[in-house]
Amino acid sequence: MTATLLQGNQACVRGAIDAGCRFFAGYPITPSSEIMEGMATMLPRVGGVFIQMEDEMASLAAVMGASLAGRKGMTATSGPGFSLMQEHIGYGAFAEIPCVIVDVMRGGPSTGLPTSPSQGDVMQARWGTHGDHPIIVLAPASVAEVYELTVRAFNLSERYRTPVILLYDEVIGHVRERAELPSLESLGVVERPQPNCPTEAYRPYGDGAQRVAPLADFGSGYRYHVTGLAHDERGYPTQDPRVIARLHERLHAKLQDGRAEIVSYEGEELDDAEVVIVAYGVSARAARRAVSEARRQGLRAGLFRPRTLWPFPDAEVNVLARSARALVVAEMNMGQIVYEVERCARGQAPVFGCLRADGQPLTPDEILARLVEVRAGEAEVSR
Amino acid sequence: MNTAARADYRRYLRLDMMPHILCPGCGHGIVLQAMLRAIWRLGLPQDQVAVVGGIGCSSRMVGYVDFCTLHTTHGRALPFATGLKLARPELTVLAIVGDGDGLAIGGNHLIHAARRNIDVTCLLLNNAIYGMTGGQVAPTTPTEMVSATTPGGALEPSFDSCKLLEAAGASFVARGLSSAPIDLEALIVQGIQHQGFSFLEVLSDCPTYYGRYNRLGEGPEMLQAQRRHVDWVAAPLADKAFVPGFADTAAVADVALQYGVLHRETRPELSEQVHRLIAASVGEGPT
Repeated sequence: MTATLLQGNQACVRGAIDAGCRFFAGYPITPSSEIMEGMATMLPRVGGVFIQMEDEMASLAAVMGASLAGRKGMTATSGPGFSLMQEHIGYGAFAEIPCVIVDVMRGGPSTGLPTSPSQGDVMQARWGTHGDHPIIVLAPASVAEVYELTVRAFNLSERYRTPVILLYDEVIGHVRERAELPSLESLGVVERPQPNCPTEAYRPYGDGAQRVAPLADFGSGYRYHVTGLAHDERGYPTQDPRVIARLHERLHAKLQDGRAEIVSYEGEELDDAEVVIVAYGVSARAARRAVSEARRQGLRAGLFRPRTLWPFPDAEVNVLARSARALVVAEMNMGQIVYEVERCARGQAPVFGCLRADGQPLTPDEILARLVEVRAGEAEVSR
Repeated sequence: MNTAARADYRRYLRLDMMPHILCPGCGHGIVLQAMLRAIWRLGLPQDQVAVVGGIGCSSRMVGYVDFCTLHTTHGRALPFATGLKLARPELTVLAIVGDGDGLAIGGNHLIHAARRNIDVTCLLLNNAIYGMTGGQVAPTTPTEMVSATTPGGALEPSFDSCKLLEAAGASFVARGLSSAPIDLEALIVQGIQHQGFSFLEVLSDCPTYYGRYNRLGEGPEMLQAQRRHVDWVAAPLADKAFVPGFADTAAVADVALQYGVLHRETRPELSEQVHRLIAASVGEGPT
């Protein structure tokens, strides 16, 4: 552990470099640009390639091109740019190309509020690209956690051969705070396994260990095909329904099977909690304060904080709904994760939102007021 | 450099991916063979060649060749190729794109790849129409020509992609013809040898849609028309405008298109510059 004064976006740069990121392509956008600027400075010093592209579609394309050549790659953006990247997120998920996409959320929709925080891209991060696809989305709530989850994003991306989205709000991106960074040894760095079979036996989309085949670097001697079309184990386009069904099943199973490693969360004061707040990112920090204030006033509140938003910790939320009298979801949007929590609760406890989408972060007082209202039974369900 | 008269190009085909999707009479296969012969002539190590495509009939061909092949999204072959080349500069990177792919949805990427002068050889196959989606108008469809979305004839003028790319900064610009495959092979050889962004517009033909909608005949007639309307750079200009597959009787303007190498210059190549910067920066400053 080393303590240092750091900005969230700078912590992302440090995490990426430490995780072995050696390629960055991006396009300027507030409030994520510090990441690109940091990578432009840091990458050449460690032998990495930096390029500013002509738009966000090109940025993610260049990252995936570099990834296929064996370099861990990342891009960073915000709402409008994240919208433009959606097609390539689907491409990366389907063609199974490891890469990390950072979305520093600002107020939306459209140009919205470029310098203000929001948590409005949560569902877009899950479902923004067309078609069924599995995805991993991580949501840090502090500068130190940005560092940790950036490293983790690269590790999961390499292990599961998938794009991983690091999703945090403008406050987490711009806040400068004392950060105790975990040691890299404690986090570990995952390197991409290379195939060692004869070249003619290589199946880049075969059902390998953990349902993931090793990805050969372009130029390493294994010649193969990569496509966004439905494909067989060789990567060849196919319209065979059985082959396509197997492909989709494998893609979903690889993240399902990996849940224990992928899904991460934190609980505070949950053991005897009558009202549980579910919150992530900067909202979780306000919620934490609200929990301690509520406890001081005799209201037994607790906090459940997903660090992995997708796949969503459904089983864990279901268990909470069994013991709590009510769940309150605090988020900076008009209601996104609240419906996911409602789904997981399966009617065992009522679910209430504590929502704000005016460009301002939720405050502890607002959340506390909502807790009091919920306990008094005055709140409307899901609102 | 292989000098034997007969190029052994079949070794580069993924025969297990056949049959291919191209229509009878389509000129794209001729272009693909010319590209493979060029690669064989240059004696490039097969493992060190990467071919990147976008979306469309031409881009589908990247799957048929036994290199490291990357079939990407519509219009975006060049940014993928840029990342690949920057990450591993020792690779020979080729991109095969279509006219709608490269000049409409991917037009921005095309001009920026040219401006950057990244060492990628880009073949833009121009058949003047969107073939895969059923024959809609393309940014290369000449004015007045019929397509599925211009049933009364196209209103908009078309791009001259070679002029566009020269203006954008491509350091090698050439035009080749599917009807002149030996010349085309020589142009592709030069394009690959050139250090920097090499752009080759290759005129192809689409008898299935463009030919049928405009009554231009089958593949052979369309290819013959190419030869009549496009002049080798060294020859005097004919008094005819190039329209892919246009019939002899068609109205003509007073300038013909040329084929051959249209522009060549030497200027710094991006991947070399980036890696020189990296070599000078490694270990510098706090990391």
